[in-house]
Amino acid sequence: MSVSAEISSLIEPILQRHAWRPDRLVQILREVQEAVDFISDETAAHLAEALKIPYAQVHSTRDFYAFFYRENRGRYRVLFSDNITDRMAGNQALFEHMAKRLKLERGKVSDDGLVSIDYCSCTGMCDQGPAILVNNRAITRMTLRRVDEICDLIRGQVPLDKWPAEFFRVDDNIRRADMLLGTPHEPGKAVRAAIARGRDGMLAEMKLSNLRGRGGAGFTTAVKWEACRNAPATPRYIVCNADEGEPGTFKDRVLLQSYAGRVFEGMVIAAWTVGASHGFLYLRGEYLYLLQPLEAYLAGMRAAGLLGRDIGGVAGFDFDIEIHLGAGAYICGEETALIESLEGKAGRPRVRPPFPVTSGYMGKPTVVNNVETLCKVTEIAINGGAWYEAIGTKQSTGTKILSVAGDCARPGLYEYAFGVRIAQVLEDCGAQEAIAVQVSGASGVCLSEREFGRRIAFEDVPTAGSFMIFGKQRDLFEVARNFAHFFAHESCGFCTPCRVGTVLMKEIMDKIAEGRGTQYEMNELLRLQQVLKPGSHCGLGQTAGNAVADTVQKFRPAYERRLAETDFVPAFDLDAALSRARELAGRDDAAAHLGEEA
Amino acid sequence: MSETSNANSFSIDGQRIPFTPGQTILQAALAAGVYIPHLCHHPDLKPHGSCKLCTVIVNGRNGSACTQMAMPGIEVENNSPTLNDRRRVLLQMLFVEGNHFCPGCEKSGNCQLQALAYDLEMLAPHFRHAYPVRPIDTTHPDVWLDLNRCIMCELCVRASRDIDGKNVFALAGRGVDSHIVVNSPSGRLGDSALSIDDAAVHVCPVGAIMVKRVGYAVPIGERQFDEQPISRQVDYLAARHIPIVPVAATEER
Repeated sequence: MSVSAEISSLIEPILQRHAWRPDRLVQILREVQEAVDFISDETAAHLAEALKIPYAQVHSTRDFYAFFYRENRGRYRVLFSDNITDRMAGNQALFEHMAKRLKLERGKVSDDGLVSIDYCSCTGMCDQGPAILVNNRAITRMTLRRVDEICDLIRGQVPLDKWPAEFFRVDDNIRRADMLLGTPHEPGKAVRAAIARGRDGMLAEMKLSNLRGRGGAGFTTAVKWEACRNAPATPRYIVCNADEGEPGTFKDRVLLQSYAGRVFEGMVIAAWTVGASHGFLYLRGEYLYLLQPLEAYLAGMRAAGLLGRDIGGVAGFDFDIEIHLGAGAYICGEETALIESLEGKAGRPRVRPPFPVTSGYMGKPTVVNNVETLCKVTEIAINGGAWYEAIGTKQSTGTKILSVAGDCARPGLYEYAFGVRIAQVLEDCGAQEAIAVQVSGASGVCLSEREFGRRIAFEDVPTAGSFMIFGKQRDLFEVARNFAHFFAHESCGFCTPCRVGTVLMKEIMDKIAEGRGTQYEMNELLRLQQVLKPGSHCGLGQTAGNAVADTVQKFRPAYERRLAETDFVPAFDLDAALSRARELAGRDDAAAHLGEEA
Repeated sequence: MSETSNANSFSIDGQRIPFTPGQTILQAALAAGVYIPHLCHHPDLKPHGSCKLCTVIVNGRNGSACTQMAMPGIEVENNSPTLNDRRRVLLQMLFVEGNHFCPGCEKSGNCQLQALAYDLEMLAPHFRHAYPVRPIDTTHPDVWLDLNRCIMCELCVRASRDIDGKNVFALAGRGVDSHIVVNSPSGRLGDSALSIDDAAVHVCPVGAIMVKRVGYAVPIGERQFDEQPISRQVDYLAARHIPIVPVAATEER
């Protein structure tokens, strides 16, 4: 079993570039797939031998990530983003149209090995969907016409680089700018300010600011930094979590596209404060289009003395940043799963404690901060913690960027001081007839009209930024069902309750959707939630049932109108189960079927 | 109990449990003769925390007893109706996720999954069976692998890596498609470095990794968990060591 000379020659420079380092396995697999379209068992074995690691380790990593393929999926691999906002914008009709035009079945490659189409989780383009990925390159604002054009380009085997640039346009859609989005960036100013404050001084300002993490959990950033700084081991690492996978959120995309200086300077300031020498930006695979501009930006910072050796002229302040890409795994937004992925492994969350601040990347002290959090750091460096603390609410200081999508006139980014009411956001974005808002994504909370007076803040409605609006024409059952499918697809499989529970929940939602659910299924959903929430290993499983539980409670009629009017309908379809036997027996006559009355 | 001070003890369901620093809640409990249900834990291997059977409530917060450190004065809820209800659901999940047919399984009576199900009075699998299609690998001369019964506890993965130093097994895939893969160019057990003396062969809590040619050497009814419920075999659970020579393997070889 070996790979062809051609494949070997394509793989060699990739391995060389990564110095045959096994901890680069995720990056190597990504580049290998880009070069040879898929990672066959032969290719995997070749990589294992070249990297001197077990074959099973390559399989384990390859098979974990949704964007790595073991079998040929074609030279053009089209994925339709399947967030609920894409659904609402009609992605299913577009998918069917493309499937028909290219004569394809979902997940199957065309006979000539040219193309395949499938669905994928939210790609972070909810403000300009429906969106697709072609070989991980994002295409926005899909229409039937654009589907036709893409079919022609694929059939004509036009290289992706030659496709119209307009397809790949990603707009920022900044609708409401406040202190972050509305302040011009002066390169180096924040880093110089932090250096002037000194390491202790900067930490003191961070404490004063009471800045809390923008990834959703709201952990106090200064506490994290201080714990890392006090951890005796070196080197220390700064990781920027740009694995923005929560359905409905896209703020980090905009920050990385148009505010990258702040993100990277935030990392430099973190490095200055905790004494770190190396940084990673973990960029979700869906944002591949940002890789080159971000690399260019880093090069510019190095040239300007803001990265590399003796940063800001301070002897011994050495720090640099490298970019790692994800490959289609929502779980890698969990910080320990992200670190596993950085180390080249499948992204399964670690047991905590120890926490990354003492034992993170390669077992060394590591700070993992969200993209937006790091941007806020630059504001604190420049203006001081006391100034920052005065904005927002007491427990939630500063501003928060919301990614607004769904049923509204003006989807996009809205930056508010913490404490803004849901109703205010709805008014500003032109959502007149909202019946529900899903705040903080699939793992967040579903608010009904009665709750629109509540505030965005850690002490009331906390959020990682996703804000999906549902108008009166929407069916909240279908929203929850979409999320149930999402979690079943994204569960890492490590712990029992999440691995099995998310699938059971999805199946029950499907059974209700088919009109075969009863009150029994409603109870089952809540019963599963009572096992998932307290019993799962990480936040994914703990929150996976939230949307279902919320909608069962707040939008019960959406469920009840689907219920069958009996006590119980079995999920098991006996007649369907006999299809294999009929096939083997070569029979399909009436006597080989079980009738309804049977 | 009087020599146990608060500084080196904690409580489980009101009972005082002494511990030595560095012990997990589960280790301390088993050492004290207190049973906490578990599947993915083994005394010879590092804590893992994936099966979640041992989830307890520590000072009001849920946590895995196998990974959480014992601390002075903590109050642990363990043997309560709420927690045992949840555990029963987890067992049902494991039963429907794989293909577990106890009456036809050689492991019956020695199987921890089955023993736990009996002990927690899991009367039926409750959920819809997934009936997954999973492979059986019989290519190894001494050992066979039946993934139908695998519960993803990774005990074999850890034993092979941490005790045998071989890395024969790994968990691959994601979510419900998670599965054990074998480290060999062909992916087959027969082409791997596995040997019958490996700890990995003898650590499987269910019937996924079985030694060949020893079928039914000990009659069903006289096996480890046939004699007494697993919850009454705390000393066995606390003190077992790998390689556990399977009950009848000695006479065969």
